[in-house]
Amino acid sequence: MAIRRILIANRGEIAARVIRTCHALGIETVLAASYADLDSLPARLAHRTVCIGPAHPADSYLKVETILQAALGVKADAIHPGYGFLSERPALARVCEQEGVVFIGPTAAQIEAVGDKLRARAEAEAAGVPTAPGGAVENVNEAMVLGREIGPPLLIKAVGGGGGRGMKRVDRLEDLPAAMDMAAAEAGAAFGDTRVYLERFVARGRHVEVQILGDGKGRVVHLGERDCSVQRRYQKLIEETPAPGLSADFRARIHKAAVQFTERLSYRSAGTVEFLVDVDRHGFYFLEMNARIQVEHPVTEAVTGVDIVAEQIAIAGGKGLRWKQKDIRRKGCAIECRINAEDPARDFHPSPGTVQAADWPSGEGVRVDTHIFSGARIPPYYDSLMAKIIVHAADRRAALERMRRALAETRVEGVKTNVAFHSEVLADPEFEKGGVDTGYLPRFLEKRRAVQEVSARG
Amino acid sequence: MSLTAKDVAEIMRLLESSSFDSLSLEMNGVKLHLQRGSAAPARTSAVPATAPQSESEAPPNAVNSAVKKTKPASEPGLADVASSLLGTFYRAPKPGEPPFVEVGANVEENTVIGIIEVMKLMNSVRAGVKGVVAEILAENGELVEYGEILMRVRPGA
Repeated sequence: MAIRRILIANRGEIAARVIRTCHALGIETVLAASYADLDSLPARLAHRTVCIGPAHPADSYLKVETILQAALGVKADAIHPGYGFLSERPALARVCEQEGVVFIGPTAAQIEAVGDKLRARAEAEAAGVPTAPGGAVENVNEAMVLGREIGPPLLIKAVGGGGGRGMKRVDRLEDLPAAMDMAAAEAGAAFGDTRVYLERFVARGRHVEVQILGDGKGRVVHLGERDCSVQRRYQKLIEETPAPGLSADFRARIHKAAVQFTERLSYRSAGTVEFLVDVDRHGFYFLEMNARIQVEHPVTEAVTGVDIVAEQIAIAGGKGLRWKQKDIRRKGCAIECRINAEDPARDFHPSPGTVQAADWPSGEGVRVDTHIFSGARIPPYYDSLMAKIIVHAADRRAALERMRRALAETRVEGVKTNVAFHSEVLADPEFEKGGVDTGYLPRFLEKRRAVQEVSARG
Repeated sequence: MSLTAKDVAEIMRLLESSSFDSLSLEMNGVKLHLQRGSAAPARTSAVPATAPQSESEAPPNAVNSAVKKTKPASEPGLADVASSLLGTFYRAPKPGEPPFVEVGANVEENTVIGIIEVMKLMNSVRAGVKGVVAEILAENGELVEYGEILMRVRPGA
């Protein structure tokens, strides 16, 4: 079906980003915005904006029926869900299927298959993709048997969790029974699903993920990997591609694993398969799959030249997968810094408010995806992502240099941001060397705190 | 300790000088919610918000439709009846039946003036104000947005 009008069921930078590609393709856009976002940048860019409800996401962006009604009411052919909100709720994909509105993303069944972490793990095993030693445990006895077999330290993970939520680390086997009970209770409260599973805890791990595009008929291409190991409490802060220091062979194996996993699902649209790279064992394990476009997709776009949103729309519109694997070339290195409205001096506490002035960097090899302009408001109801600064250069050293300059050019007034903090990380020799593990940023913060305390004592 | 009028005035001053638009405070069983003069986005109605606020679910009456430029009220002092949902607006209980209200009809706060359908779920819309229907803006069978003005009522006893 030809897609002529798309309802964008999201806000912020991703809404603006999707609208831009739609307009480049000559597709009309209607933004479904909450009351708090009626004067946002995406609302200014879209051909039309409809107000779907009050500011609070539960009353607007998370209402499946309202989003679908809005799409039908404005006669949109398709819905682009962006990331977060309803993007990975099978309910929206399913009602779209029922009402004949194209959902720009995977099928409801595919979202379900990867949303259940235990099922996704089983799918990975069936596809011959390595998973961390572990498995489902129904009671404490089973947990003890499996725990002894894997050996501590262990991770208890909630089946309904993901993205770092619903995990518990256990260092000693004798602590396992109590931790199991607590994890199950917490999972029940948080996800409405008490099921948990056990996995080996990887002491030094890197977060490496592979971007794929699937046509929904079993053909999949990958667009290379991204390293997202610089994280604070499972929130990614800096992402880059290629992942530094991996051998060509290792890289090829991890790409192949992602393709195998998604081919087996006949996955449709853009998706990301996340892996944990075990630094000490030189292996990798399947972590989870994100069945949507991701925040950090621009680094992949920078090195491949593929507009991932345009491909999502093409696949959704029945044009199929327009890329062959051999035609995808990755050139140079790209790095992304997420600029958040948060205060590093106050434990990264969110800092909503009105942006008095915003000057974003520009120049060769610099891309800024943002919805923040001078005078824009950052409402307290949503996440604190203000902008993504993406740089692209011939190699990592040049990309780092370009990012340093871009950060130095950035000026935001009126709200606290992490811009200066990014500059600190980029000046750190360990990060500069490349290939840090997910424990890097907590260690960096610890070191920084110690230095600040010493200098405060004078 | 409880909040005195002086405290509230001080808090209002703090909000005024801050970069925030609203403040909610809860202490010792007292709830205080402050909002700047116009918390609505720039695209607000040209009509002064003089109307009494309908009690509960209706959004602030200064909100305008995000797209449709609502025409100004034909006379001053009219109360807006705004939509609290995005959905399809129906003026009558069933197709072919007479509308719930016409211009000139007397309404009470609880009078049903229309229905908003959201994916086959029918939601009654109440006037929220006592008076006489002065204008009907929303079209039967059309999409209405959250905050869109459906009707205007001349408040009265």
